[in-house]
Amino acid sequence: MDALGPEEWTAIWLSLRVAFVATLAALPVAVWIAYVLARKSFPGRQVLNGLVHLPLVLPPVVTGYLLLVLFGQQGPVGAFIYQTFGITFAFRWTGAALAAAIMAFPLMVRAIRLGFEAVDPGLEDAAATLGASRWRIWFTVTLPLVVPGVLAGAILGFAKALGEFGATITFVAAIPGQTQTIPTAIYGLLQVPGSEPAVVGLVIVSVVLAMGALLVSEWLARRMAKRLGGK
Amino acid sequence: MISVDIKKRLGDFQLDLQFDAPTSVTAIFGRSGSGKTSAVNAVAGLLRPDAGRIAIGDAVLFDQASKIHLSPQQRRIGYVFQDARLFPHMTVMRNLNYGGSHDADRVIAVLGLEQLLDRMPAHLSGGERQRVALGRALMCDPQLLLMDEPLAALDAPRKAEILPFIERLRDEMQVPMLYVSHDVSEVARLATTLVVIEDGRVTIAGPVGTVLSQPETVPLVGPRAAGAVIETKVAGRLLDDGLTELAFSGGRIVLPGLLGVLRQTVRIRIPAQDVILAKQAPAGLSALNVLPVTITRIEYGRGPGVAVGLKAGKDQLLARVTRRSALRMELAVGQQIYAIIKATAVGPEDIGS
Repeated sequence: MDALGPEEWTAIWLSLRVAFVATLAALPVAVWIAYVLARKSFPGRQVLNGLVHLPLVLPPVVTGYLLLVLFGQQGPVGAFIYQTFGITFAFRWTGAALAAAIMAFPLMVRAIRLGFEAVDPGLEDAAATLGASRWRIWFTVTLPLVVPGVLAGAILGFAKALGEFGATITFVAAIPGQTQTIPTAIYGLLQVPGSEPAVVGLVIVSVVLAMGALLVSEWLARRMAKRLGGK
Repeated sequence: MISVDIKKRLGDFQLDLQFDAPTSVTAIFGRSGSGKTSAVNAVAGLLRPDAGRIAIGDAVLFDQASKIHLSPQQRRIGYVFQDARLFPHMTVMRNLNYGGSHDADRVIAVLGLEQLLDRMPAHLSGGERQRVALGRALMCDPQLLLMDEPLAALDAPRKAEILPFIERLRDEMQVPMLYVSHDVSEVARLATTLVVIEDGRVTIAGPVGTVLSQPETVPLVGPRAAGAVIETKVAGRLLDDGLTELAFSGGRIVLPGLLGVLRQTVRIRIPAQDVILAKQAPAGLSALNVLPVTITRIEYGRGPGVAVGLKAGKDQLLARVTRRSALRMELAVGQQIYAIIKATAVGPEDIGS
């Protein structure tokens, strides 16, 4: 991996950090939204469903632009968060994580929702007749059974966050050491003649990371199936 | 006493039920889609009725007028579902202890679960799963046990394996039960009270023996399933022939097999279609059981069959003959005739303790 200079390694580590933070931050919200969409009926359910899926169908550049408007230093949400928590998003790695999280969110919700739909609500009724509180039912019955779906959603979200390009570059640009992730680094290198070795190196790293994520999720899913005593 | 008085609109279906169940086994009987499951779900608290009241003794579980609707958690009602609903990610032991461990050793012993405790639900047979579900419900120390067709998904040998366990629960643990079923022989074996539901309404309710021996019940339960249930006592054995003699108020009945010990109470169901009627005491007949009876009712249905209500001593019997025979024999209410019951007509599934 001599082809990869310090700038490339920085991009790799930054990508991993951005993808981890984005996945971890989005996961609880995705689980909650997926549960609500799978189980509850309420007015505005279709609107919520549409909102969740919006980043999947909008051009990423548009999503990036909307993030810039809303979460930029002067944006209404961005200003509020800066004043309350002291976190800025614009042109920071946190912004890259936010963009990645928003883009990965619909994929995570879809996978986790399938997981919830596979859990028989009858089991929750059974737990209720056995005297278990709603929280106990959630943590002892629903959540353990939905773990395969959550895992699938997390891996999918992680892979998507790792590869996010359009919204990221629009929202936070590609500042080396600050917001330059693997995809934006590859794009940047492609503009410079003679940098093919570095590009190939980053491409290989991308493939390895993606394959690794898939293998880990397969392994975890098999272990879960074994625990449930499936045939 | 469990009193249920509920109204609930479910799409195009209107549930409108009123019945009282004494604290023993009450069977709710009806075809699929008649509203049986909705009724027990309302008692469990899983379905909120639009109006009415549900109470166990003085404890009100639901009362629309005073806006009382206890959650399932607050009701202390055990529920055994048709599909068991064991938690697939927990061992049998953890399933059993999920709601409590009241009287655990006894429950495990009565249901014969000792060998299963470390297994996962996926590795249990259907019958074993239902036994675990039953144990799990009992270990919450319920004030009432609901069973929604717990045996419907099982084949005949599995059913035969579980029925004695439920009989033991009824007799030893004395937990009141609401037992949903569409199988008359199960109902006849287990229940003391029978509530028949049709299209969301109660059509007949009362003691099992009375309800099942009424000619009006025949169209509700189906001609093949109709038949009286009587309580008898073991009066003797005809050991050489492998037969047991049972005494009841209307005489004696001899059945194949060795049923219970002397003077033990045995409940038997006599299918209406296996009762033959004769105007004179028959001679030269292979059937062993000939009982003098009085006709109490004759119910002409829509089909070719006629249901004939009979009184034998203090007990009610039910016979089903063709319309043609009824007319030819000139059967009439008040007539003294003879009922002939073939000893082998009463199957093992019709005999309970």
